[in-house]
Amino acid sequence: MKLPSRTEFLDRSSYRQRRFRDAARWLPIFAGVLMLLPLMWPRETPDQSQTSNGIVYLFGLWVILVVLAFVLSRVLRLSESLDGNDAPNGWGGE
Amino acid sequence: MISFNLLIVVSLMYVVFLFLVAFAAERRAAQGKTSWVRSSVIYTLSLSIYCTAWTFYGAVGYAARSGLEFVTIYLGPTLVMIGWWWLVRKLVRIGRTQRLTSIADLISSRYGKSPVLGVMVTVLAIVGTTPYIALQLQSVTQSIAVFAASSDEMWLPGDLNRAAMWVAVGLAVFTVLFGTRNLDAHERHHGIVLAIAVEAVVKLCALLAVGIFVVWGIAGGVGATLELIDASAQSQWSPSPSRWIGLIFVSGAAFVCLPRMFQVLVVENSDEQSLSTASWAFPTYLMLMSLFVVPIAVVGLDLMPESANPDLFVVTVPISEGRQGLAILAFLGGFSSATSMVIVATLSLATMVSNHIIVPSWLNARTPGAVVSGDVRQVVIMSRRVSISVILALGYVYFRVSGGGTALASIGLVSFIGVVQVFPAMIGGVFWRGANRWGAGAGLIVGFSVWLWTNFLPSFGIDAVISQAVFLGGPFGIGWLRPEALFGISGTDPFVHALFWSIFLNTSAFIFVSILTFPNPLERLQGAQFVNVFDYSSGARTWLQSAAQAEDLLVMSQRILGGAEALSIFATEARSQGKTGFQPDVTPDFIGRLERELSGSVGAATAHAMIGQLTEGTIVSVDDLIAVADETAQIMEYSSRLEAKSAEANSTARALREANEKLTALSIQKDAFLSQISHELRTPMTSIRAFSDILRDEDVENVARKRFAGIIHEQSNRLTRLLDDLLDLGVLESGQVQLNIGQDILADVLDRAVIASGVNTGKLAIARRAGNETVNVHTDLDRLAQVFINLISNAAKYCANDVPKLRIIVRQFAGQTIIDFCDNGAGIPSESQSMIFEKFSRLEDEGKAGGAGLGLAICRQIMGALGGDITYLPGQGGAAFRVTLPAAQVLVLQ
Repeated sequence: MKLPSRTEFLDRSSYRQRRFRDAARWLPIFAGVLMLLPLMWPRETPDQSQTSNGIVYLFGLWVILVVLAFVLSRVLRLSESLDGNDAPNGWGGE
Repeated sequence: MISFNLLIVVSLMYVVFLFLVAFAAERRAAQGKTSWVRSSVIYTLSLSIYCTAWTFYGAVGYAARSGLEFVTIYLGPTLVMIGWWWLVRKLVRIGRTQRLTSIADLISSRYGKSPVLGVMVTVLAIVGTTPYIALQLQSVTQSIAVFAASSDEMWLPGDLNRAAMWVAVGLAVFTVLFGTRNLDAHERHHGIVLAIAVEAVVKLCALLAVGIFVVWGIAGGVGATLELIDASAQSQWSPSPSRWIGLIFVSGAAFVCLPRMFQVLVVENSDEQSLSTASWAFPTYLMLMSLFVVPIAVVGLDLMPESANPDLFVVTVPISEGRQGLAILAFLGGFSSATSMVIVATLSLATMVSNHIIVPSWLNARTPGAVVSGDVRQVVIMSRRVSISVILALGYVYFRVSGGGTALASIGLVSFIGVVQVFPAMIGGVFWRGANRWGAGAGLIVGFSVWLWTNFLPSFGIDAVISQAVFLGGPFGIGWLRPEALFGISGTDPFVHALFWSIFLNTSAFIFVSILTFPNPLERLQGAQFVNVFDYSSGARTWLQSAAQAEDLLVMSQRILGGAEALSIFATEARSQGKTGFQPDVTPDFIGRLERELSGSVGAATAHAMIGQLTEGTIVSVDDLIAVADETAQIMEYSSRLEAKSAEANSTARALREANEKLTALSIQKDAFLSQISHELRTPMTSIRAFSDILRDEDVENVARKRFAGIIHEQSNRLTRLLDDLLDLGVLESGQVQLNIGQDILADVLDRAVIASGVNTGKLAIARRAGNETVNVHTDLDRLAQVFINLISNAAKYCANDVPKLRIIVRQFAGQTIIDFCDNGAGIPSESQSMIFEKFSRLEDEGKAGGAGLGLAICRQIMGALGGDITYLPGQGGAAFRVTLPAAQVLVLQ
């Protein structure tokens, strides 16, 4: 069993790759917050339909999330060996 | 109007088509052509079994009742999939390295291959999934009944039940046929995966077709649809925050915890690249599935009579508009949703039942020689077939008993909360090494009990299982145990209430017990491998040198894996050990590998138990672990000691190198000094000898004699000064100097020094600030003045500026008095700065002045004797020296 070794300074492409991984970790957090956003909408104006606004908002958000996930799936490399070691617990040790 | 019989014919043709698809896929897989089944597209489509008949029919009903809230059921999985880097990627990696066969296997394997946990998760999954299977049967029969009603053929309740029974039987046949054809070491089922991928396409197309028809065919475009929504009863959408959050959480968690989802997401996954594609493709699928739900619901509410069941709008709206073809497509979509879910759910449950309940019981019943003598392979396959039939029968019975009256969505949610009870143990097991089997067991029991009491049993209705009295007053009159108001907190939404308390108490028990108890060694090993799965690609050893014989192991493996596969594993191993034949040495590595292969067929706990029988239980013990740990610790300590030593050696070498450089430089300086001092001594001596010769030999005039004698006197003075300096330095260095302590104001000492140095103040400007110099000094004043004189005359001699200037700055700092002498000349090059206070040193290029390189050395000795210091100040724009007087000898004048 090798002891996990960490590289502190990476070349440009490995650094970029690590940031992409951070993006992949952040995306669901932002998405979750945005999904809860309709809970804060004002409800006092009965003349406006919240349902059709909700449909437009939620499906718009969905499309944006799919596009972002698509872009990430294109740029993320799955092999671990790009920088010796991915940080074992979530946030990279950089 | 299309006759009811046509619907039956179309359905049967569709079923035959699915059988053919599955059969063809199995054929191709058997020929080794599996790459197309393993493609990302098929993987993504197979995930769509998340969308069951609940989605297909129920979502529209849900939207008709509660508006946009239905969408949360799809937002949760969307979050999980776009966040695949966190959880799903890890699960898939663990699933592959540990050869997991089901979610029960994940929990059991993580917590030390515990058989008990496997049974618990299996029971939980059966209880949670059976209503769901019943729900699928119900939806199929309900939609059949709709067609029957529209074709004026009256159905009796018995006919409905018969239809449900035939559907269940058909599903059982399909699942048995394609789910248990072989005992695959990877537990992957190409036929089933392809069939559900086809069904995924059918249900998506059907729902989209109905949606497009409703929006553009009935409502008249997007704008008109939105107006219709605004005008409907659902226009006011005010989601309850607790339900909204709770539903997103429960659907996201259920997405990874549902046995059928775990099956397609983790077990059937063959590479992580598919996962990367599914991370965006599956959310797209979910979005398309829910895109037309609200329009269909609103149009349905608008068109259909009050009494119409909104759960069936997807079928009834096209029928009422006379679109029979579309209605049949919609029916096939619903049928696909129901059947694909039932097939995979049944298969995954059957795997769990056979691996965690039947086979272990069978093994226990036949110990000890059972493993070798019995035909395990047949037992496993038979147990799976029986399990599939029993589970479907259970679903059918549930359907008959419950009567199929409740709204579809509520059964779905009850089931979701039930399976989500595995979530804390799963997340804890994957991210927290401290989680152990006691904690996981406690969490599961607590969560399961709370779920049963607050959600599952009440879902049958008041007075069905729990009486009205208990609902109002609690069991045995204990008020705080009321099923919908635990701890007396009443008034919350029943769903939120059940979800919150079951998950909260579950997680609390899990964490609390995990912290208080100890895991066994195998758990620790498994925990490390699960949590750090990306660090350890190969499995750690869990077996020591064992008593098992290769032949026994081979016989047992053949019974599980089949002759050809077992032989090939043994042959490969033997070859890798450099042997021929089929009997490799039984190394711990080999046993570990073999166990993983077996666990791919019968689950980790069973495989472990079976190998344990043959190896006579020589599993890793605590002592072994401690021995390994000690060894590691010793090696690490030794290595850190070596490191420390090497660092020490490095610094010593560096110090030696510096000393050597200094010595070399000094030696060179000394040689230079010797030649210098010879020169210094010879010049006056030559003059003295020459003039004394003249005086002795020749008759010299009076005036000239006087002049010559003057020269001799001056030269001998110079010699004396040189010798005085040398003697002075000798005395100072030997420490025998006599100090003559006196007291004066610093300004006076400096005045005297400037005068005594004989410096022409017209030539060298001296800048002083009298205000700062009123410091009383208590020291050897003459010696201090000697230092000052030396520094001032040095400045006069060496300052190479056209307008030479010397600044004398007096400062108080931390009780000390600091006197800086800074000129505006060239300064001293940095390589010489460390040398100037050494005796005999002088700057090579500045040999012009008469000194012998002793002045600064004497200054340093004097300051040392006075308890102060003299240092060179670099970076002051010229040569700069700092004289520091110690605090004790300084008294500031008030």
